[in-house]
Amino acid sequence: MSPRVLFPLLLCTVPLSLGFGLMNGSLPLAPIEVWYALLGNNEDTATEVLWQLRLPRVLAAFVCGGLLALSGVLLQALLRNPLADPYILGISGGAAVGALAAMLLGAGLATTQLSSFTGAFLAIVAVFGLGFRHGERNIYRLLLTGVVLSAGCGALISLLLTLAQGEQVKGMLFWLMGDLSHSQGLPFAWFVLLAVGLCATVLSGGLDVLAGGLDKAAALGVAVGRWQAGLYFAAAALTVTALQLGGSIGFVGLMIPHAIRLLGVGAHRWLIPSSTLLGGSFLVLADTLARMLWSPLQLPVGIFTALLGVPVLLWLLSRRS
Amino acid sequence: MQAFLEARKLTVAIGGKLICRELDMMIRPGECWGVLGQNGVGKTTLLRTLAGLHTPQAGMVSWNGVALAAHARRNLAQHLGVLLQNEGGEFWGSVQEYVLLGRFPHRTSLFGYNVQDETLAQQALAQMELEGLTQRPYNTLSGGERQRAAIAQALAQQAQCYLLDEPLQHLDLRHQAQTMQVFSRLKEQGCALMMVLHDTLWAQRCCDHVLLQFADGHVLHGPAQKLLTCAHLEALYQYPLRELSVEGERWFVAGV
Repeated sequence: MSPRVLFPLLLCTVPLSLGFGLMNGSLPLAPIEVWYALLGNNEDTATEVLWQLRLPRVLAAFVCGGLLALSGVLLQALLRNPLADPYILGISGGAAVGALAAMLLGAGLATTQLSSFTGAFLAIVAVFGLGFRHGERNIYRLLLTGVVLSAGCGALISLLLTLAQGEQVKGMLFWLMGDLSHSQGLPFAWFVLLAVGLCATVLSGGLDVLAGGLDKAAALGVAVGRWQAGLYFAAAALTVTALQLGGSIGFVGLMIPHAIRLLGVGAHRWLIPSSTLLGGSFLVLADTLARMLWSPLQLPVGIFTALLGVPVLLWLLSRRS
Repeated sequence: MQAFLEARKLTVAIGGKLICRELDMMIRPGECWGVLGQNGVGKTTLLRTLAGLHTPQAGMVSWNGVALAAHARRNLAQHLGVLLQNEGGEFWGSVQEYVLLGRFPHRTSLFGYNVQDETLAQQALAQMELEGLTQRPYNTLSGGERQRAAIAQALAQQAQCYLLDEPLQHLDLRHQAQTMQVFSRLKEQGCALMMVLHDTLWAQRCCDHVLLQFADGHVLHGPAQKLLTCAHLEALYQYPLRELSVEGERWFVAGV
């Protein structure tokens, strides 16, 4: 599919998914009710629910999905590896260890957030310091350092889960599977998404060259080392922001860029905005389903990103061959 | 005439293996160099060193009289084109988008390529007989088609000097001949070329200079007519060869 067809289609999915998210939940609203509530003229329950709960929630889901998908695109270009996702370099592992350790100690939401941010930050610095050699035209060291650190964090996560009791375990599992019910720092997340997304789109020509091989990129005049460092920190910033919003929501960052590629859009100029839009819409859809299907019980959104995404992606893959 | 690319006292080694010692050479406009040698002798490493992609042990490489390292990489890329043997990358776009990457160093706007870039890419695609494949996803191409796309990308770059690592790999006979014709035209236009070849016939037909890399790190270079002899090539490949003469052209074939 040509990007000139796909991109407008993806733009249309944004209001549709946001509308779907606003209409559904413990208190279903008709489209017209949503509309009046959004205009905010009367003070009824619908207006309250919409402005206080649902709008922040769908906006958080959208921005989180966009952050993850964009981070996936950047990491797949940096690592030149189709299996790269926002969590491959151990950032989520560090964040999870931080968050779970805080939960185990009975810390509140703010401390947990701070602790998970600290864990992610340490992981980012450690992987970069140990794994990145400036001027080395080989990115495997960075990739393997990240994967090894992830494995170490995985062991710590298991340990923390084992030590935790009863209700704590459930909170931890929600964090690990991704959950958008405690999202905070929404304006900042939008700022990160827009800033990195715009920069990456503007610099997309260089990304195409870089993804095509490092020697080739250097021969075509790209300052490879600086680009790699820039990409790494941009992707890390996106991932940390997403982790702070919704824990480690899986699948989006890995699969959304591939879905766009399978639809026939490969050049980063289109891949970046398309993935961001689809990632956002997709996570809104998944999160809405997580809120509605067992309502009033809310399920971790990570379950639905996989349950929804897997069949679609398998279909796209089989269609291609 | 001012040399495009010049190596002075160049010593190159990789992984403890000596590739060349105190090599002096210069490539001038309108020259075509062939690089010959056994597998693993370091032809690619020498080419990468000349392209500024590998740091030599000693000595220096200069472009237009100025050390490579002193040039901004982008400026250099506007004049010096490199065709690599293994790109080791993924490209998810169309063939046309792939060839357009050759215009990257010439881009004037930050966002996208202009009409001139697209015209040059189109011409390069036509030169490599890829017009019918422009919209195909690059990663669906066959080995030979990929090689032609890579050459088209280099042509779109419009460099003054090309370093080509096995430009004929994966190409069938017709495309080998056509590609060499394209290179000959570049040479006539004043371009300088240096290419790694395994076919001595193409080296004789198209190269005016050859560089022979021996397994012990010894390098011999000079006029092709003088160096492409049975004795030199037997020493180079460490294998008995037979020299045939077909319509006045010398052919070297491996003996059995």
